[in-house]
Amino acid sequence: MQQVIRICNKELKDYFISPIAYIVISIFLLVTGWFFFTTFFYYNQADLRNFFNLLPITFSFLIPAVTMRLFSEELNVGSYEMLLTLPVTFKDILLGKFLAGVLFVAAALVPTLAYPIFIAFMGQLEWGAVAGGYLGALLLGASFVAVGLFASSLTRNQIIAFIVGMAICFTLTLIDKMIFFFPASLLGVIGYLGADFHFQNIAKGIIDSRDIVYFLSVVFIGLYGTHLVMQEKN
Amino acid sequence: MIHIENLTKYYKEFCAVDQISLDIKRGEILGLLGPNGAGKTTTLRMLTGYFMPTSGTIRVKDYQLDENLLEIKKLMGYLPESAPLYHGMLVYDYLDYVAGLRGLDKNKKISRIRQLVDLCGLDEIMHRSISELSKGLNQRVGLAHAMMDDPEILILDEPTSGLDPNQIAEIREIIRQIGEEKTVILSTHILSEVEATCDRVVIIDKGKIVANDRMENLKQSTDQTHFIHLDILKANFQDVHDNLSGIDGVVGIEKINEKPNGPLSVKIACKSASDLREPVYHAIKQTDWVLIEFHQETKTLETIFRELTEED
Repeated sequence: MQQVIRICNKELKDYFISPIAYIVISIFLLVTGWFFFTTFFYYNQADLRNFFNLLPITFSFLIPAVTMRLFSEELNVGSYEMLLTLPVTFKDILLGKFLAGVLFVAAALVPTLAYPIFIAFMGQLEWGAVAGGYLGALLLGASFVAVGLFASSLTRNQIIAFIVGMAICFTLTLIDKMIFFFPASLLGVIGYLGADFHFQNIAKGIIDSRDIVYFLSVVFIGLYGTHLVMQEKN
Repeated sequence: MIHIENLTKYYKEFCAVDQISLDIKRGEILGLLGPNGAGKTTTLRMLTGYFMPTSGTIRVKDYQLDENLLEIKKLMGYLPESAPLYHGMLVYDYLDYVAGLRGLDKNKKISRIRQLVDLCGLDEIMHRSISELSKGLNQRVGLAHAMMDDPEILILDEPTSGLDPNQIAEIREIIRQIGEEKTVILSTHILSEVEATCDRVVIIDKGKIVANDRMENLKQSTDQTHFIHLDILKANFQDVHDNLSGIDGVVGIEKINEKPNGPLSVKIACKSASDLREPVYHAIKQTDWVLIEFHQETKTLETIFRELTEED
């Protein structure tokens, strides 16, 4: 566990010492802030629904950009060889990098807490839904980080890792909107696969075990896939 | 210390390492020598647990590689070829990170990093970014990485490749110092490096061990005939041939080159285990030739290496 924390620490330091973190977080805040507040006063409702509606799409862009370097860069430079021959297990490395990604997403979400605080002054804000929304955002973020890690393990090229990661995240976000393309018998399954569908449930403040299980499954599959890919390489 | 048995590695169809068996004792500096693509790096990568062998076993002390990998990693320090370090980090941060992963506690960490800074000569660059370092400095940081936990076994993959002669001498000196107490395995295709640093040489070619012996033995074992080299002025080859071929023990005489107004270069092949320098000298003394060069050629590692790894 100590090793996991050390690796996570190093990855986080890398993000926040270089400009990556500041650029990504600024873009995230600009995009979400702009789209949320342009329509906010028009709806005249004191809630964060529009903010959370948009989150899966922004995360689909943003998170693969954050995670693309985690394995690709190590493979490209060759530092992975040095890391793996230190007394750490692959599990330590994987979990450390995953944790760093999740904490980064959390760090990007922290400034947006200003929105509910600000809105609470203007109307009756339902704090339960807000809490649910943030919990959902973290779960969604974690599952996209796992997907991004998987994409990053596939290639030494960070751009390819980004595009593959983004494609998978986008598919997960939009698949339940594409439901009319699929035969009727598959509707239930396809609907269940949609990340957005599960996220919106939680964002409404309904914490259903099915939604939580969904996100945890995506995290597990992503991490296990990464494990398989990296194992295959050696 | 290290016991390798029938180690084999296939990359898909290609056999990179073919049934290598090897024993390495404590306190030995072992040179792994071979042409490019002979399987040196692959062998080292399996030894450090980075690659899984296709078949075969590796035992380090009492640990089995596939069961106690973590314990083995703790005993080993490994420097991969060209020391791929994290580019974005400062040298100090990097060493601190490695010390952490090696499980050194806070006090020990600082004192150990200080020692390594002295040993590897890093004091000028501790606060520089790794991406700005020259290749030699980068290599030295890599060496500090490998030695962080004072490992019992140090494995270095081409530690001096791409360095200038001064840096090579420095790195060799460091390796020799460490080799006094630790087991060191280093791979290289530079022959003089092995001669300068290693106790024992293992030559690998196409994934197989073709020689495995101490330096001195290796030189003797393949030393079947040796040569005496002569440069003579005021002589023609026919005379030289007639004059010297009568000496007992001379197998053959060969002209290497002859320049007009220059010396005649001749190579005399001698039977093994005979030193013919004295009779050759006496024979030449009888004539009026001018001898300007006279030496016995001992087999260098280079000739041995070529003999063993040359394509038929």
